[in-house]
Formats: sequence, C-alpha cells, structure tokens
Amino acid sequence: MFLLVEERGVRKLAVIEIRAMHRQQPFDSSLEKPQFPGASAEFVDQLEFIQPNVISGIPVYRVMDRQGNIINPSQDPQLSKETVLNFYQTMTLLNTMDRILYESQRQGRISFYMTNYGEEGTHIGSAAALDPNDLVFGQYREAGVLMYRGFPLDLFMAQCYANADDLGKGRQMPVHYGSKDLNFVTISSPLATQIPQAAGAAYAVKRENKNRAVICYFGEGAASEGDAHAGFNFSATLECPLIFFCRNNGYAISTPTNEQYRGDGIAARGPGYGMLSIRVDGNDVFAVYNATKEARRRAVAENQPFLIEAMTYRIGHHSTSDDSSAYRSVDEVNYWDKQDHPISRLRHYMMARDWWSEDDERSWRKQSRKTVMEAFERAERRLKPNPELLFTDVYQEMTPSLDKQRQALWRHVQQYKEHYPLDLYDK
Amino acid sequence: MKSGGPFPLFTSATVSSVSDMATAARFLLRRANSKLALTGVATGSHGSLGATLLKVSPIFSSWTETQRRHAAHFTYHPDPVPTQYGPTQKMNLFQSVTSALDNTLASDPTAVIFGEDVAFGGVFRCTVGLRDKYGKDRVFNTPLCEQGIVGFGIGVAVAGATAIAEIQFADYIFPAFDQIVNEAAKYRYRSGNLFDCGNLTIRAPWGCVGHGSLYHSQSPEAFFAHCPGLKVVIPRGPVQAKGLLLSCIADNNPCIFFEPKILYRAAVEQVPVELYTIPLSQAEVLQEGSDITLVAWGTQIHVMREVADMAQEKLGVSCEVIDLQTILPWDIEAVCKSVVKTGRLLVSHEAPITGGFAAEISSTVQEECFLNLEAPIARVCGYDTPFPHIFEPFYIPDKWKCFDAIKRMINY
Repeated sequence: MFLLVEERGVRKLAVIEIRAMHRQQPFDSSLEKPQFPGASAEFVDQLEFIQPNVISGIPVYRVMDRQGNIINPSQDPQLSKETVLNFYQTMTLLNTMDRILYESQRQGRISFYMTNYGEEGTHIGSAAALDPNDLVFGQYREAGVLMYRGFPLDLFMAQCYANADDLGKGRQMPVHYGSKDLNFVTISSPLATQIPQAAGAAYAVKRENKNRAVICYFGEGAASEGDAHAGFNFSATLECPLIFFCRNNGYAISTPTNEQYRGDGIAARGPGYGMLSIRVDGNDVFAVYNATKEARRRAVAENQPFLIEAMTYRIGHHSTSDDSSAYRSVDEVNYWDKQDHPISRLRHYMMARDWWSEDDERSWRKQSRKTVMEAFERAERRLKPNPELLFTDVYQEMTPSLDKQRQALWRHVQQYKEHYPLDLYDK
Repeated sequence: MKSGGPFPLFTSATVSSVSDMATAARFLLRRANSKLALTGVATGSHGSLGATLLKVSPIFSSWTETQRRHAAHFTYHPDPVPTQYGPTQKMNLFQSVTSALDNTLASDPTAVIFGEDVAFGGVFRCTVGLRDKYGKDRVFNTPLCEQGIVGFGIGVAVAGATAIAEIQFADYIFPAFDQIVNEAAKYRYRSGNLFDCGNLTIRAPWGCVGHGSLYHSQSPEAFFAHCPGLKVVIPRGPVQAKGLLLSCIADNNPCIFFEPKILYRAAVEQVPVELYTIPLSQAEVLQEGSDITLVAWGTQIHVMREVADMAQEKLGVSCEVIDLQTILPWDIEAVCKSVVKTGRLLVSHEAPITGGFAAEISSTVQEECFLNLEAPIARVCGYDTPFPHIFEPFYIPDKWKCFDAIKRMINY
C-alpha cells in the first residue's frame, strides 16, 4: 500500500491521501526491486501481516460541536445568513413532511413510507455543495437532496399517493422519487444497483467535458453488495468524476454494523480501491458541506472518485413496515434524537448569531406544517393515473403484443367494471 | 468471470487438422494475431503455456481413432450478396461485428465500447483496431466484473451517451442478471419515462462451439425472454449480425445481442461496408414451403436449412424455414402466418427444452392457429441437463433429431 493518513488532527480535513496513482511499473530487469506487474512495492525480509486498524479508525471530521460552536475557525465555511436559514428550513420542512407522511401511512392513507430522521444534515449539507447540474444517484433516504434542489411538496406527495400528478405515473412504491429537471435519477428498490451506474454516468459526463460531477448516495448496508465493489473499482480504474456518499447510520433494517462488516467502516475501503476518502460527522451540516465541496472540486478537476462516509444515526424506524424497538433500545434512539441531532445543532448555531429565535421557530413550525398539510390534502383528493399508463414506457414504443394485452384489459374491464375501482382513476 | 485456465477458446468449427491445431495453440497464446513461432514457445519448458503445448504435441504423432473430433454439426449457407446497401466486402461474423462497431463509433461521437479485454481487440477479435482508430477513452477494458460492466453501461446510457458493453461469454452474463432485469429493463417504465437506458447494447458470444462444455456453450435467451423492457436479438450470419447489431445500437431500448461464436470464423459472406440496419422484431422467411414450418435462430438456422433439404429429398416434404432473429419482442405474426399455411410447426433451439423459448412460441401458435394445426407442435431442443463437454454430439438438437421429428409429424 502506498497510502498515508495525513496527521493533521481531528479538526482538519482528515483526508486519506494517495501519494501516487497506481500505474503498472515499467519492466526493468536491471533493478533489484520487485518486478511484479501487480503492485509497486519493496521486498521485506520479515514475515508480517498487515493489521487492520479498527480500534482507532479514520477520524470523524467535524466543524461545529453539539452546541453549534465552530471548533476551528479556519474550517468555518462562512456561509451567509440566508444560506444557513435555507439549510435549516429545508431540513425542518423535510422533517415536517416526514412526520405527516409517516402518520398518513399509519392511518392507511398511503401504502408505505421511509423517514429521514437524523440524516437531514447529510442531505442538505451535500446537496448545497453541489452544482445543480450534477447528476444525483440515490438509494431512498435522500429526499432532502431533492427538497434542497426545489422539488415541490406537491410532487413528493403525488409520488407517495401515486396520483395523476406523479411524474413516475404511479408505478413505483412511495419515496421512489425522481426528477429529470433537477438531475435526480429515479430511485429503485434494489440496493446498490445505482453505484456502478453512477460510475458509468460519471464517465459519460467526463467525456462531455462540461464541468459536471456525479454524486451517488448509499447506506452502509448497501455497501456490502457486490455492486458497491464494482462501482468503487470501476470509478477508480476508469477515472470518473464521482463522489460516493455513504450514509453510515449504524443499521441496515435490524442488522447492526458489527454484523455488516469488520473493517473500519466504509471509509477505510476507499484507499484499497485507490480512492481518496474521508469520514465526516453526518450530524454536522457544515462538515458535510465542506467535505462534499472539496471532493466535488477535485473530482471534476482531477477526474477521480472520492468517498465520503458520513457517520450518523437512523433515528426513525427503517420504514413503516418495521418496528425498530424489536432490535435496539429506546435510550439509544433518544440520545441521538435529543442530544445529537443535525437540526438542533444547526439551530444552536443560528441562535448564537441571533439569526433565529424561539418566535421564528414557532412561526416556521406553524407555517411549514400548514404548507405540507395543504399539499397533502391536494394530493389526497387527486385521482389516480389512467390505467392505460400500466402499459406505456415498457419499451419506448408500444409493441403489438403489449397493445393486444392493453385492449384485452379494456374489453375485460368494460364487462366486469363493477369489480374494479375505475372511479378512482383518471379517465 | 471468465474461463479460469488455458482453455481452447478458438472458434473454428472443427479441430481435425494440424493447421487448426496451430490455430488453437495460437489462441492459447492468447491472441490469434500473435506472430510468435509456435515451436519457439513450445520448447520453453518452464512456463505454463509451453507445458500445455508439450502435453498437446504427442497427439500429432499418435492420432488414434478415439481422438478424432466430431465434425461440425451444420453447414454454413452464405446469404445472397446484398445489393441495396452499396459496396460489400468478404467478412466473417467477427469482422462484420467489428464493421458495425466501426460504423457506430464513426457516426456517433458519444459511443463507447467496453468490457473485459476489448482494448487489444477482444478474445474473439471483434474489436480489433477500434481503439487505435477511435481512442482509448472510447474503446477500453473494464475490471473483470460483469455486474459492474452492465451497471456502468446503464449509467453511460442514462447520461445520454451510447453504451456498447461486451460480456465475454453469454455464460457469464448471470452476475449481471440483476442489473439487466431489475434495472436496465425497468428504467424507463419505473421513472415514467423521465430516465431511460435505451442507448445500451450488451453483446455476448453465444451458443455451442464444439467443446465449450458448461460455461462456454450456453444459450440463455429464454431467461431474458421473460423480462419485459428488454430486446433480445440473435443473428444467423455476418450480414444479419451487422444489420441487426446496428439496429440494436440505434434502438431506444436496452438490447442484448447474442453472437453465435461458432460462426465467428466459420461464416463468411459478402457484407455491406457502410452502415445499414435490419429491423428488429421481424422474422425472416428464408425458404418458402407448404407442408411444415421450421423456426429457429442463430446457428440452428443452418441445421434447419439442411433438414429442410433432407426432408424434401428423402420424404418429399416441403419445409418453410423461418429465422426468428429477435427473441423478444418476437414476430408472432410471421410465425403464425406460416403455420396457418403449413399446418405444422417444429421449433428447435440449442438451449434446454424446459422453459426454453420454443415453449413460448409453441403455446402462442397453439392459441392463435388451433384450427389450422394438423399435428402437435414439435420442440427439438437441448436436453434438460447442463451443457456437457465430451457428450456434445449427443446433446445438441442436430439435423438427424430434427429430421426424425419431421418424419413423425408428417405421419401423425
């Protein structure tokens, strides 16, 4: 290995630098050093296995403490009041939407939902550091990225309700958002499949030469999939301007990380692929912002991938189909919810600067709740898409045999209409 | 995933002469254009390549009856020289694939070709010269990882560029099954047409090769035929290979293009030099007939043509031979139209019979042409076993098995 952990302390960007990109060494039989094409290394005459360093792992980069105080002024991104307020309002709006949609699922009004509790900072901090043209590939717990880019509440709701306004035409389960206009690639359920896809997109973007990057989000559980290995390795060997953003929230449904991996988390894998890597405090929106900003700058300038592992905690249940009290303690959850939350940390920061007050908080809560409820009610009243849309977009064109099946459905439904919920659907 | 050891991946249909053995040995040296003298390498006793050749060489002197290799199970029938697409050139199938890829890279600046070992020209020579001509950012090797190759190709296509991915053998496409079935095939549908990977084409060598055994012989088209959103295409020779591959590349849906590897060198004919396309989802009637319809694709078409001649000659039976060409979405109309006329249908494929694509054709035709059928539809296919090594001559649905099926159908 030819890696070096730069010893700049916890308070600085703890990037693992790669001294030299791996290039197969030129063959030269006159040298005494090893000539193996597969690695550039010296001989050693003592038997020694390389120890993984999991006790004292890659440090967690943070900019502000739990009370919202900037720890090292040189790392303060110095964002304007307006920007920080926007961060805060987007995070809290997402939180409000989560609460209302979670409840609506509990009441059976939508079929499924996944909240973003505790991970709002990772979404907003990273999204803010990107260019709006950068292409986003996500897993499913990154709704804040879309929200930061301006995806309307009506469209979030339309997707969850699968109503006639849904850009996805009501075909996928709730929270599988996508937006062509906002460069957010439609979410799919199979985990990690987006990772090598992001590498391919980044390769194409590099060839376009238009100063764009790609970001790819995934959880620490998804990082165990073979596709994660594929995506990391391809993006390094094919030199893709890509940011891998891992949300390490401690759990994959019920599986804790000690059953997911035995190395030093996900960040420690990056150097093995020849990838610059960093671990950040995911509850610190400024740390996430700084790391993403720098990774984005270098990824585009140098055409190489970066790996950011944001340490956080999944405060909510995995989904509405999961009761997380079956496998973890309420105390543990409460600690992260009450004592180390990305939203409260940013609020402390704002209040210390008099950018925010209790009154602002009260009125914003009220206003955001009202906005969400209005969108919610509009979405609920809307009809479902025309059943015709069951058959389109399988291929770009309608194939003859699919058209035949479409016609057969209509003939059938005409004859048995009382057995189908036709009145709920667009005509 | 690719063959683990020095496996004879040469593509000539038979290895019954010293010159063919030399071809094989060159392939062992990994690449047929090698100018290395065969003997020079064989005298090296330390390297594994030399050792392999030394093991082979005694066969030259003690060529016993038990060492005789089985002759090809088909005779290639060249297509008539196409006149409508401009000048033609003599090409075998791998050269016609190269020609199609060359035309694509020349006309579409976003197009890229990638996979395992494509940079030096590919283990079947399909990409020879393209990297030199178009640059290493357009024709490049990937790490050895099929799920990565297809996932990467999807991403390239999603970003709007043309992606031509190669899987080294169809047998090794299964690690990418998830990316193909759950992702590529469903991209447009699930996003409401916001995103698609219609610019993706996956090419893979396909079908039996005489000695490919379990993992260099498979015909996996039926696995993909059950997947809405994909197109699956298989040519029977160089002219079709180029025209159909160019259609796959131009098509706005993800396509899998299977290349019968036994034909890479064996099939030679005049192929148009310029870009041309042959429409997808259209079967081609190769020979008109009145007594029975024979449907196949890929190499098996050439078996069918021979069977049709045998049936005419020995039984006085007139066969209509149809090359299906596109497995999904397939040309139901052409097949049914033929069966309405002939009243009998035989479908033949190398892949195992249970769950094979012949089952789909058979049940559809039965449903559409019930009143016209005069005998049960026959399926002459591979057996429900893995594809064997030394038993290949007994495994494949050869002309005698097909001929016998026709005989029984006519006498039904």
